Amino acid sequence: MALQLEHVTKRFGEFTAVDDLTLTLEEGMMYGFLGANGAGKTTTFRMILGLLNANEGRITWNGKKISYSTSPEIGYLPEERGLYPKMKVEEQLVFLGELRGMNKADAKNSISYWLDRFEVPQYTSKKVEELSKGNQQKIQVIAALMHDPKLLILDEPFSGLDPVNVEMLKKAILDFRNKGATILFSSHRMDHVEELCEQLSIMHHGKQIVSGSLREVKRSFGRQNVRIRSDYELSALDHISGVLNAHHSVEGAVFQIEDEAVAARLLNGALEMGPIRHFEIEEPSLQDIFIAKVGKEHA
Amino acid sequence: MREFGIIFKQAFLSKAKTKSFVITTAIMIAAIFLFANISKIIDTVQTLTGSGDSEQVLYVKDDSGELVDRLSAQLSDVKVELTNEPKETILDKVKSEEIDSLLTVSVNQQGIINAEYTTMSLMDFAIPMQIQEALQSIQTEMKADELSLTGEQVQTLFTPIEFEQTNVSPSAKSEDELNQARVLVYVLMFVIYLSVIMYSSMIAMDVANEKSSRVMEILISSVSPVKHMFAKVLGIGLLGIVQIVIYGLAGFIALKTSATEVPGGFSDFFSFSDLNIGTLIYAAVFFLLGYFLYATLAALLGSLVSRAEDVQQMIMPMTLLIVAAFIIAATGLGNPEIGYLQYASYFPFFAPLVMFLRVGMLDLPMWEPLLSIAIMLVTIFVLGWFGARVYKGGVLMYGPSRSLKDIKKAIQLGKE
Repeated sequence: MALQLEHVTKRFGEFTAVDDLTLTLEEGMMYGFLGANGAGKTTTFRMILGLLNANEGRITWNGKKISYSTSPEIGYLPEERGLYPKMKVEEQLVFLGELRGMNKADAKNSISYWLDRFEVPQYTSKKVEELSKGNQQKIQVIAALMHDPKLLILDEPFSGLDPVNVEMLKKAILDFRNKGATILFSSHRMDHVEELCEQLSIMHHGKQIVSGSLREVKRSFGRQNVRIRSDYELSALDHISGVLNAHHSVEGAVFQIEDEAVAARLLNGALEMGPIRHFEIEEPSLQDIFIAKVGKEHA
Repeated sequence: MREFGIIFKQAFLSKAKTKSFVITTAIMIAAIFLFANISKIIDTVQTLTGSGDSEQVLYVKDDSGELVDRLSAQLSDVKVELTNEPKETILDKVKSEEIDSLLTVSVNQQGIINAEYTTMSLMDFAIPMQIQEALQSIQTEMKADELSLTGEQVQTLFTPIEFEQTNVSPSAKSEDELNQARVLVYVLMFVIYLSVIMYSSMIAMDVANEKSSRVMEILISSVSPVKHMFAKVLGIGLLGIVQIVIYGLAGFIALKTSATEVPGGFSDFFSFSDLNIGTLIYAAVFFLLGYFLYATLAALLGSLVSRAEDVQQMIMPMTLLIVAAFIIAATGLGNPEIGYLQYASYFPFFAPLVMFLRVGMLDLPMWEPLLSIAIMLVTIFVLGWFGARVYKGGVLMYGPSRSLKDIKKAIQLGKE
């Protein structure tokens, strides 16, 4: 029971940013926090960090309230770049590291380790504004990781990184998890969350509309997909009862179905029309769940 | 306390190490040395180019023929040369700047001297005055001769009366002291004014920059906004003190080395024998109080904007306050006892300059500056407390905030 949020509500005047949110993160758990823009993710993070106080509910870290004395245990990666543009990389990281309770020598060691690991040691004495967006993001990540935090809060960690760097960062985050750190991160990229997180929740207008382990979430969603590949047009199958939605492509089609009985009807229908090359019942992707729950306009 | 030290160090060092800071300081030091030695430099340039005013020649056309020698004897700085050329020719020479000036003199029937002075130079004030005086005394002599008065008799006629001025107002300094104090107070007032305006807008700028680069979010997740704000104010304050001390030392060395033998130099108006230690201490105290007062205000205002471009607009009311304080104080340089100065010197935002002016120019009873200092301390305390509340919310507030109305919003957010 490392990080616990119990019935947390945050109101700004009339507007309710976070409504009765309950989260429980075990130690060493990687938790995905999804939601469209304005769903209340950043507000939640700010409450966990103690920058805002909740109107109702309790937030505890290992049973204690989070305060400035616990800040050395926490690493925070804000959604937007938060670095001094005119300061040199090393100077800047030493400063931020010292603020998180490191001494200068430890900070320097840690910085050179991470710069090497992210393959950017040549930027040690460059100014941050001279770096590309992706490289700035790496520096920002180092600022969050360098003091070896026990709780990592990552707001959109992968934004602005190319696929190679995304893999590098994923590995670093997984290493942290394996060392026992508790990680809470938000992302718009459903595939990253699917790959990394055991537990997740989806926020919508301040409310938690989905939560649980990845498997539970998928199972409880009910709907599944049927993928059929064939050499002929499959649009005739759209009207079979129980088909909720269909996406046609050159290779074939993907049907969203209500339950598995529909899959059999689809297979029969397709076979009646001719031979098929591929038939598969897929679990719904997180993307599907997210879109279905939050609405198409926020995909 | 540890975080406080780190932020304090960073606020100071990150500014002190910048090229712009080093260059500005170097330029200012060069300017101080230049200013202290300005008359020496002008002199050197004049001897080199040979355009010195030592060889001012006055051409005199004297119809009576008896005035030239006496005039020559009276005027020491100017070489007098008699000329017999026609007036028009000489006037042309004056116009073409071949010769400096022409004086036509004659004596009329009543024995009154008639003189006409012609020159091309616009800046010629001293010489005509000397000539006028010289001619006046020549005329007196002539008249005395006419009346057959002796030299002593003439002198008794012109004996000045004995007049002594005493001011019994307890706060007044003697006219002499006042003149000496005026220069020192003016220079220090200007230093206080400039540095308060400069360093407080530096703070507002710094805070806004930290907000716009979003580094603020990281900072205040590891150190409380209140600590951050005061560490910043103190860090930049130290920067200001260091810079002023450097300038002060430069000024001291410059004046010491630019020997005083050149007349008309800066050291004529300002010498270290006049330096009043009390005035200097008051200057330091009022600088510090003025700085903390305005710096706290600036941090508060800086926390309300989210883009560096909006800073100037936001701190405009504050800048106007400092400018108003300076103007009020400057009007008192001539007469530090004007009534409104007394009131202004207890208004905390004007006090750093106005009370300093009064305390530097007048012999005030001790309680007056102390009361003003106490009022400022209380104001700083209140502003610090209020500023911290605004700051706490302000640093989290993003969006097009550029008016003072946002203070309320910021306090609200700070409470949450």
